[in-house]
Amino acid sequence: MSFYRTPSGMSRRHFMRHLAGSAALVGPAMALTNSFAQSAADLKRRGKSAILLWMGGGPATIDIWDLKPGAATGGEFKPIDTDVSGIQISEHMAETAKVMKHLSIVRSMSTREADHNRGRYYMHTGYVPNPNMEHPSYGSVLAHELIAQRENSLEIPPFVSVGGGSVGPGFLGMAWAPFVVGSNGDVRNLQMGIDSKRLEQRMATLKLIEGNFIRENRGLAATEHAKILGKTEALMTSKQMEAFKVNKEPPEVLERYGNSGFARGCLMARRLVETGVPFVEVDLGGWDTHNGNFNSLRNKLPELDKAMSGLVTDLVERGLYQDTAVIWMGEFGRTPRINGGAGRDHWARSWSVVVGGAGFTGGSVVGKTNSDGTDVDSEPYSAEDLMASVCQSVGISLETTFTSRSGRPMKIANGGKVIKELFT
Amino acid sequence: MGMLIERAFRRALHSTLAVVAVVSFSLGTTSAILAAPDDSPAASPAAARGSDADFGIPQVKFINEQIRAGWAAFNVSPSKEATDGEWCRRVYLDILGRIPSVVELDAFLKDRSADKKLQLVNRLLSDEHQEEYTRNWTAIWTNILIGRNGGMEENSLTNRDGMQKYLRDSIARNKTYDKMVHELIGATGDTAPGAANFNGATNFIAGKLEEEGSQATAKTAQIFLGLQIQCTQCHNHPFNDWKQNRYWELNAFFRQTRALRSFVSGTDDVRAVRLINEDFGGQGNPPNPEEADIYYELRNGLLKVAYPVFVDGKEISKSGYLEDVVRRNELADLVIQSEYMPKVMANRMWGHFLGYGFTKPVDDLGPHNAPSHPELLDYLGKEFARNSFDVKTLIRWIVLSEPYGLSSRGTSGNKADDPLLGEKPQFTHFYLRQMRAEELYASLLVATAADKAVGSYEEREKEMRDWMRQFVFAFGNDEGEETTTFNGTIPQALMMMNGDLIQKAVNCEKGSFLHSVAMNNNLAAGAKINYLFMAALGRKPTGSELSIANRLFAARGNDTAAALQDIWWAVLNSNEFILNH
Repeated sequence: MSFYRTPSGMSRRHFMRHLAGSAALVGPAMALTNSFAQSAADLKRRGKSAILLWMGGGPATIDIWDLKPGAATGGEFKPIDTDVSGIQISEHMAETAKVMKHLSIVRSMSTREADHNRGRYYMHTGYVPNPNMEHPSYGSVLAHELIAQRENSLEIPPFVSVGGGSVGPGFLGMAWAPFVVGSNGDVRNLQMGIDSKRLEQRMATLKLIEGNFIRENRGLAATEHAKILGKTEALMTSKQMEAFKVNKEPPEVLERYGNSGFARGCLMARRLVETGVPFVEVDLGGWDTHNGNFNSLRNKLPELDKAMSGLVTDLVERGLYQDTAVIWMGEFGRTPRINGGAGRDHWARSWSVVVGGAGFTGGSVVGKTNSDGTDVDSEPYSAEDLMASVCQSVGISLETTFTSRSGRPMKIANGGKVIKELFT
Repeated sequence: MGMLIERAFRRALHSTLAVVAVVSFSLGTTSAILAAPDDSPAASPAAARGSDADFGIPQVKFINEQIRAGWAAFNVSPSKEATDGEWCRRVYLDILGRIPSVVELDAFLKDRSADKKLQLVNRLLSDEHQEEYTRNWTAIWTNILIGRNGGMEENSLTNRDGMQKYLRDSIARNKTYDKMVHELIGATGDTAPGAANFNGATNFIAGKLEEEGSQATAKTAQIFLGLQIQCTQCHNHPFNDWKQNRYWELNAFFRQTRALRSFVSGTDDVRAVRLINEDFGGQGNPPNPEEADIYYELRNGLLKVAYPVFVDGKEISKSGYLEDVVRRNELADLVIQSEYMPKVMANRMWGHFLGYGFTKPVDDLGPHNAPSHPELLDYLGKEFARNSFDVKTLIRWIVLSEPYGLSSRGTSGNKADDPLLGEKPQFTHFYLRQMRAEELYASLLVATAADKAVGSYEEREKEMRDWMRQFVFAFGNDEGEETTTFNGTIPQALMMMNGDLIQKAVNCEKGSFLHSVAMNNNLAAGAKINYLFMAALGRKPTGSELSIANRLFAARGNDTAAALQDIWWAVLNSNEFILNH
C-alpha cells in the first residue's frame, strides 16, 4: 500500500522530474521479476534519510564544540583532541571525539531569534514566524521530497518525532505532520481487538460519513481528518511498526548508545531509517541552562556523547551513514558571558551546529568565532543556509519550489545558500 | 449595490425555504427506515425573520453591522445560517464544553418561540448549568494561566489543584474579569488547597519567578495585555518600536515577590510553596531600598538601570519598601485600568467562539499585528469594560451575533475568506475547529449518558487529567512550553479508534449506554440508528448512511448490540463528530 506519495505541495515541473527519475530506476527491475525484491531493497537502501538531533532549550555550544580556553568567557571545561588533527571539542564529549572524522562543526552560525518559540520555529523551517503563514518544518519538507525519490513501500509515517519537540507541517498539510512517540517506542492504542473483516466494515461506514461531510464543502479540516484516518488504518496493520520496538535490540547494541531516553530515541532513529523512514527527529531537552550551566552540562553531555557517537558508529558499520544525514542543533546557543548564577543565557549571534553523513564530507570545522566567542569572525551562516546544505547532502534540488495554500511560490530552505566547505 | 440586492434576494429565499423545511425528531418513531433528512436551512422563526436579528441587543447589532461592512469591503458573501441542530451543538460545546444530549437537542428543535436562541443562551449561562459552565471555563483558564503541563511534574512550584480551585470558585460566582485579573497578579499566600494561608490565585505567579521573574513578566503582559514582549528581554523588538527597557521596567514590578518553599524533611521534595512580597533592596551595591533599581544588559554589553514603569509610561514609586509601595498591587491596578486588558479579553473570547480572533494569536495585539476588524475590537473592549467586565454578558453578545450563527459550509461567494490561506478572517462562515481534548472527554460522557455516573468533581478531574497525559509533550526549556498530540494527527486517530475512552463508549454490557439503546423495545432498528446519530452529530442519518447502517445489521446477523457498536464507533470517529461545525 502506498500512502505517502502525493506530491501535493510540489511544483508540477518538479513532480514530472521525479516521475521521470523513478521510472528510469524502476524500469529494469520490473523486467526481471524474480530479482525485483532484491532491487527494491537496494533502492530502499540507496534512498536518502536524515536524522535531526534536536537540543531543546538552546545548548551552550561554546562549552561543547567551540571552546575558548583562557578567555574570560571560557568557562570551566577543557578542550580535548579528536581523531581529526586540529579539531578540538569539549572534554565531556570524549566518545564523539573518536568519530569526529564523520562529523563537521559549523562554528559560524549567526541568527537573530533568541526566544525559544521563535528560535525553534526559525531553525526548523528557515523562516521567521509569521502569523499569516505556517511553514513546514525540516521533517515535513525532507520527508515530502525524499519519499518522492524512492521506491515507496512505506506504511508508517515518513516523519517521526521522538519526544515531540518538533514543528508542524505548515501548508504541506497534516499528512506530513510529525508522528510523535515517546523514547520507549510504545505507540499507544494500536490494538483494536476486533477481526479485520469487522474493522473493514466499520471503516467503510466511517468513510461514508466522512465523505458526506467533506462533500458539504466544510473546508480543509474535514478533508485532512479523512487523510489521517487512511494513514492510521495503514499503520495499524503494518509489520513496519516493529521498527519502534527499540527494546528488541540485543543488549550489546543497546549498550553502545547508553542507557537514557535519548539513547533509545537515537537507536529507534536507526531502526526507522533502516525500515525506510526518511526523516526522524530525536528530542533532547534541558539545555536552557540559565543557572548552573556547568553542573548541568556535566550531567547532560555524557548522555549526549554516548548516544550521538553510538548512532554515528552504528550507522557507519551498517553502511547506512553514506545515505543518512545527521544534524545536531538547538534553537540558538548561549551567551559567552557567564551570569551571576554560573549560567549562560540565550545567544543567537555566534554559535555552532554539527552535521555529518549522506553527502557531507565530515572531519572538518567550518567558520570561526572571535577570541571570546562573542562574534563570528568568518562568513556567518543562517538557518536557511544550514537547511539548504542538508537538502544538498541528501540530493534534494534547491530549485524545488512549494506552493503555499494561498498560491505563493516558496523556495525550499527559503532560498538559503549551500555551505560549500561542508562538501569539500 | 449588487451585493445588497443579492442579499435581499437571499433573505427572501431563506424565508420561503424556512416555511417548507420541517425539522423534527422523535424518539418514539417506529418506522424502520427513515427518510433522508432535509438539507435545507433551519426552520427556526429566527431564520424566517432574516439573518439580521439582533435580539434587541445593541452590541449584537453593532457586531452584525461591522461584520457585514467587512463582507461588503472584501466583496465576499456569507454562507446561509447553520441549521438549528448545528447551532445548538455549537453553543453547548462553546459555552459548556460538551455537546448537547438528545433530550436537550430535541427540546431546542421542537421549540417554536421566536427568541429560542436567546432563551437557550440564557439558560446555558444560568445557575441551571453552573457546574458545567464552571468546569469548562476552569479548564480553559487553567491552560491559559499555567499551561496543560503546569503543576503536572513532581516538585513543580505550581499547584494545579490550587489553581483550579481558585478558578472554579471565581467562575462559579461569575467574578468580574477585572477582579479576577487583579487577584491573579497581586496574589500572596499558599499555593496548595488545605494550607493555612491558601490562596489558589498564587499559582499563576508561583512557578514563573525563576530568572528574575522573566516568565511572570512575559505571561502577565501576554495574557492580560496582549503584548508579546518576551523577546525584548534580550534585545529590542524586531518588528516594532518596543525597546528592551520596556520589558525590564515591567519586570521591576515583580522584584518584591518571592516563592518560598518548604521541603519534606530530609529530602528535596517540595512540600509547600508560599508566595510573598518582601522589601527589595535593588541590585545595586550597596542595596538601596529607597530607590530599588534593577540592571539589564544591552546586546552591546552595556548595563542599563530600570525602575517600575507600566507599558503606557506611567511610573510608580521607586521605593523597594513594602510600606511605601507594594509593586504587584500597583501593577494589578494599572493592568485593570488599561485599555489593553478588556480588549485582549474581547479578542480572546471572540477567538474562542468564532475559531479565529481579530488577530492571530489572540494575545498579540502589538502594532505589527493589525486586527481584521479594529473598530469592532475596540468597541467590544470598551463595551466589556462599560458592562462591569461581566464575562457572561460578553459571551451573550458574541454567540447571538450573526457570524456565530452561520453555517460552516463554504460557498462560491466566500471562497476567498479562508484564514488558512493567510487571509484575515471575515467570518462569512463558521470556521471548523477541532474539539479540545477536554471537550471531547466531556462530550463522550454526555453522548454515552455516563456523565451522571461519574464521581465527584475532583475524581472526574483526576481521571481526565490522567487521560490527558498521553497527549502532552514538554519542549524541554525553562519556560515550560509544551505541545499536544491531540492535534488531528495519527496518535489522536489511534486514540479515537482504539483507546480506552472509545472502548468504554462502545461497550455494550448490561447497564451501558449502548445496551440501553439496544434493549429499548420502544425503538425500532431505524430509530436506534437515528438516536445514535442525534446523540453524536445532532442530526439524523442521510439515506446512504442509513443503508450502510442497515447492511451492518445484516453483517452482524441481526445482533442489534453488535451492529450498534459498529455504527456508534463509526459516528464517533467521524470528522463531523470531532470538528466543531
